[in-house]
Amino acid sequence: MRVGLEVDGKARTADDVEVGESLLFLLRERLGLPGSKNACEQGECGSCTVYLDDEAVCACLVAAGQADGRRVVTVAGLSGDDGLHPVQQAFLDAGAVQCGFCTPGLVVAVHDLLRRTPDPGDAEIREALAGNLCRCTGYEKIFDAVRAAAR
Amino acid sequence: MTTVAPPAAPAVTRTPDGVGEAARRPDGIAKVRGDFAFSSDLRHDRMVWGATVRSPHVHARIVTVEVDEALAMPGVRAVLTAVDVPGVNRFGLEQRDQPVLADDVVRYAGEPVAVVAADDPETARRAVERVRVTYEPLPALTDPEIALSGDGPPLHEGGNLVRHLRIRRGAPRAGAAVVVTGEYEVGMQDQAFLGPESCLALPAADGGVELHCSTQWLHVDQEQLAACLALPPDRVRLTLAGVGGAFGGREDLSVQAHACLLALRTGRPARMVYGREESFVGHVHRHPARMRYEHGADADGRLLYVKADILLDGGAYASTSHAVAGNAGCFAVGPYEVPSVEIDCRAVYTNNPPCGAMRGFGAVQVCFGYESQMDKLAAAVGIDPVEVRLRNAVATGSMMATGQRIEGPAPVAELLRRVEEMPLPPSLPASGGADVRLLPGGVANTTHGEGVRRGVGYGVSVKNICKSGGYDDFGTARVRVGVAGDEIVASVHTAAAEVGQGLVTVQAQIVRTELEIPSVVVLPADTAVGDAGTSSASRQTWMSGGAVRQACVAVRGRLLDRAATALAEPVTGLRLAGGRIVSDRSGQSVDLRDLLAVEDVDETAVFRHRTTEPLDPETGQGDAHVAYAFAAHRAVVDVDVELGLVRVVEVACAQDVGKAINPPAVEGQMHGGIAQGVGLAVMEEIKVRDGRILNPSFTDYLIPTTMDMPSTRLDILELPRADSPYGLTGVGEPPLLSAPAAIAAAIRAATGREVPRIPVTPDALTS
Amino acid sequence: MTDTAAFLRPATLDEACELKAAHPDATPIAGGTDLMVGLNFGHTRPAALLDLTAVPELRAWRRTDDAVELGAGVPYARVVAELGDDLPGLARASRTVGSPQIRRRGTVGGNIGTSSPAGDALPSLLADRAVIEVRSVRGVRQVPAGEFFLGPGRNVLADDEIVVSVRLPRARGPQQFAKVGTRNAMVIAVASVAVSLDLTANAVACAVGSAAPTVVVPEPAETYAADHLDWSGRTPLHPEVAARFGELVAEGTSPIDDVRASADYRRHAVSVVARRLLGWAWAEAVRPRGTEGTR
Repeated sequence: MRVGLEVDGKARTADDVEVGESLLFLLRERLGLPGSKNACEQGECGSCTVYLDDEAVCACLVAAGQADGRRVVTVAGLSGDDGLHPVQQAFLDAGAVQCGFCTPGLVVAVHDLLRRTPDPGDAEIREALAGNLCRCTGYEKIFDAVRAAAR
Repeated sequence: MTTVAPPAAPAVTRTPDGVGEAARRPDGIAKVRGDFAFSSDLRHDRMVWGATVRSPHVHARIVTVEVDEALAMPGVRAVLTAVDVPGVNRFGLEQRDQPVLADDVVRYAGEPVAVVAADDPETARRAVERVRVTYEPLPALTDPEIALSGDGPPLHEGGNLVRHLRIRRGAPRAGAAVVVTGEYEVGMQDQAFLGPESCLALPAADGGVELHCSTQWLHVDQEQLAACLALPPDRVRLTLAGVGGAFGGREDLSVQAHACLLALRTGRPARMVYGREESFVGHVHRHPARMRYEHGADADGRLLYVKADILLDGGAYASTSHAVAGNAGCFAVGPYEVPSVEIDCRAVYTNNPPCGAMRGFGAVQVCFGYESQMDKLAAAVGIDPVEVRLRNAVATGSMMATGQRIEGPAPVAELLRRVEEMPLPPSLPASGGADVRLLPGGVANTTHGEGVRRGVGYGVSVKNICKSGGYDDFGTARVRVGVAGDEIVASVHTAAAEVGQGLVTVQAQIVRTELEIPSVVVLPADTAVGDAGTSSASRQTWMSGGAVRQACVAVRGRLLDRAATALAEPVTGLRLAGGRIVSDRSGQSVDLRDLLAVEDVDETAVFRHRTTEPLDPETGQGDAHVAYAFAAHRAVVDVDVELGLVRVVEVACAQDVGKAINPPAVEGQMHGGIAQGVGLAVMEEIKVRDGRILNPSFTDYLIPTTMDMPSTRLDILELPRADSPYGLTGVGEPPLLSAPAAIAAAIRAATGREVPRIPVTPDALTS
Repeated sequence: MTDTAAFLRPATLDEACELKAAHPDATPIAGGTDLMVGLNFGHTRPAALLDLTAVPELRAWRRTDDAVELGAGVPYARVVAELGDDLPGLARASRTVGSPQIRRRGTVGGNIGTSSPAGDALPSLLADRAVIEVRSVRGVRQVPAGEFFLGPGRNVLADDEIVVSVRLPRARGPQQFAKVGTRNAMVIAVASVAVSLDLTANAVACAVGSAAPTVVVPEPAETYAADHLDWSGRTPLHPEVAARFGELVAEGTSPIDDVRASADYRRHAVSVVARRLLGWAWAEAVRPRGTEGTR
């Protein structure tokens, strides 16, 4: 089947998409946009978090066909050509990046959190990011990044 | 290539983004933008996709492998079995005992038997199902005790004992006023790195292969691959692709040989990417351990002897079992002065999933054992758990169980005092009303304070840094300085694997400090430069950092030589200062750009740490270790004692790092190590029944989420070593080592239960 | 790729029913939070997918005098945000589902269709005697939640039927839910319990998840609690009553040992949690409105 969607502001189409294929596979393999990561493909780790229309979701749990006609924003769509989004800058400043595999998904999840809750408390941050696993950082500097970006 | 003796440690002055500064990661911007290319992101227009046929049996003879049906499928380009391995069909880090593709026998469930290449991943997946393998099941050996007894079927030539390390020191056990015994178990932990095993292999014009992969050690991969592929090493060229975490799980080969075979057979680039389930069977795990301890002490709690019997289940292949058993044995008594030791540490083969390297490498398991014993001893003597540790703590000059004297800093008592003196987190409100998110069970709303008891526990630990036992370990670095435009640029090239720890940052920091050149490019790691050794054993900043520093010293020497010629002055009295070389004698100076106008300076250096020796095979005595590192932990937990649910409230960690080359990166290592310690203490275990993994997914192999990570308090000591670059010591492993032990102790304090096994489960805390 | 495979995307409920009738082997997909895992891992390869996310009727809920009709495609995040007053038990349960990302996609209808005894929404549905509306080209059926589930992954849906909505009574008293798991977030239930009080009918409702082949309703426990609560005087719950209630709830289960926990632990946890939930629910009933102390 053919799937047409908007990704990071650009209209895209993919052909020969299989019925059970995920939006994550479509983005990474059919469209060659590897910014969203493939860590578990079962919705447990959040590494593939993208906006589908206005909702931050796991791209691995969206069937590619379900994204037809919809708007997707990945981590690559958050920063303009002129530099980094404040959330991205905060991750850098706080040292919240180690191996970086969870980072794209976390940046989107934090972007979404701060859009909804501009000044989240610690427990709110923890609850909002519970769907994004990080194996390197122990999350502490990610929390620092959230607090810094909220300022 | 120049080999340079270790330089005397000069006083380190501050350089912007140099050593000791909070320099930014050079790969950070790409990582936050999603532009950084991890190994699973690599692709090629003409590539085929590889997939692996794996044994469903734990132990079986392979009768036939029929590939015709799979090969006949449209889009399938190759199906390869053991007969297609051109070289030696064996690989392995310590012993080449593991088949690239199983030939006669499979020894664990999930062992690769064949690989297929197809035009797309779905076809590859379907082709895997059409490879018909006929097995004749063999008796399975899944109990390490039976493996040790010799009653099970021999899984390898020479039997099922991989190693028996005996350590004997001091007079036999004398009469002790207090004797405590215990049996402890540690479950099988997984590295659970987020980036799945993956690579892209490209066939090369010279008949060789270019492999882009995530690994911890490019050259050891190269050496094994060359043998398997029957190619000279220079025709197996590796480049490090982005590594999504490692933690020991990428020391052994996984996809590498298979992808190379497929690329060479099909003449097309071959890509392999494991899914999460396959990842769980595709790499080694932390050895499960069974430990029996007996500690004897005088009435004041001073240790007189320790007897330890440790059994590690190595699974189907050796991997690093020999060295893990070495560590578990060497550190079986912990950082304590013990006059008499009797340690037997064994690793065995079974038909369980292979086990090998994971952060902490044998020292984590025994730490849970010896620290549990120290708490028992404290209780038996009637003193405080910290006090019993202080009374027995090693210090510089103390003798370890292996008879080696500790030469470097050994601030065990200081670290313990520091964690003890840190303020405790606030108690829960007595009247209820706490945020459920911060209670055991979290948002699942299992308690509003009912049944919740708080406990505090301590742990302290020791581990070797760098490789041990006489291993000739070294790092290689090439540093080149030239002019680009009007700017002086240094490039640094090593084969050292950046796995997330921040090595690329450290390399650039060292060059900035040594050469005072702000603009430093860290080149991609590959096998075009000499061996860097492994990014494990907390050694890489020491070893590759040391090599980078030596290369810089050589570069500086060359620059001074050129300046001496240019200024017509002797080299002595010349020094580097802010992009110029200055003569203190004459006041003359010359711009580096002028010195580099004709030709770059390019130096390669090899750095070695001091030599060590193997342990005596009878007594386990010897100066086997380069250095020791220490950490202390204090854990505070809330346990819902009725439901057995635990929330780790806070973990404090004090660690001596010698010199923090990049302080925020050190903190990051400590946070991350603590998180993995929390996981091992309360949730992480690969559950194996009859040799099969029951939970190969992130749904059932649970790692800590943001709701599980405790808050942390860190205290970083910088007691410089005399024998390492800048006085540093390795930082990656210690923050994990005694975290599980401290958490287990805190759970004991909260519940009054014994907690003889980690990870502790709600079942165990309530039955 | 199989040539016969199809991705069906109806725009109306009628169209959805027609497509399901024409493709009885098509697997419905909404949030995809269960189904996509099987697809990604290659464990399932359905002949066709019936995407229900574009059917507006499924994505709405409406309030009647005494009930809420909840479209099968309403995601958990909306249940949490919009239905906390009407369906506090289901809203609490919804908050424990997976992660924020999963709650934005996953739906109560998906939980019903998947029919796992560990479905986080299901205890609330059974406790509150919800009625599940299923529809096909042949017509509409109203199936009580207690009769819908036959076993793990099995239910009474015919090949041509889809789950349209679930009707739950609006809360007539405090409702509680708790889930026991071995991690403090994002965990599959080892056991889960829903308890609702009906302060109008002086009734107690309860259901237990992950402790039997289907979610179970421990009726003797419900009756016992209803008989022993002081509905008119609203005096505090006697600890022995709460404990006995917990025991009776646990007696209504038939758990198994599996990779997540033992049967014994499940039984024990159910009794503890049921006891606590009854206590919290009753405390809410006793307490004047607006003084709830915990979140």
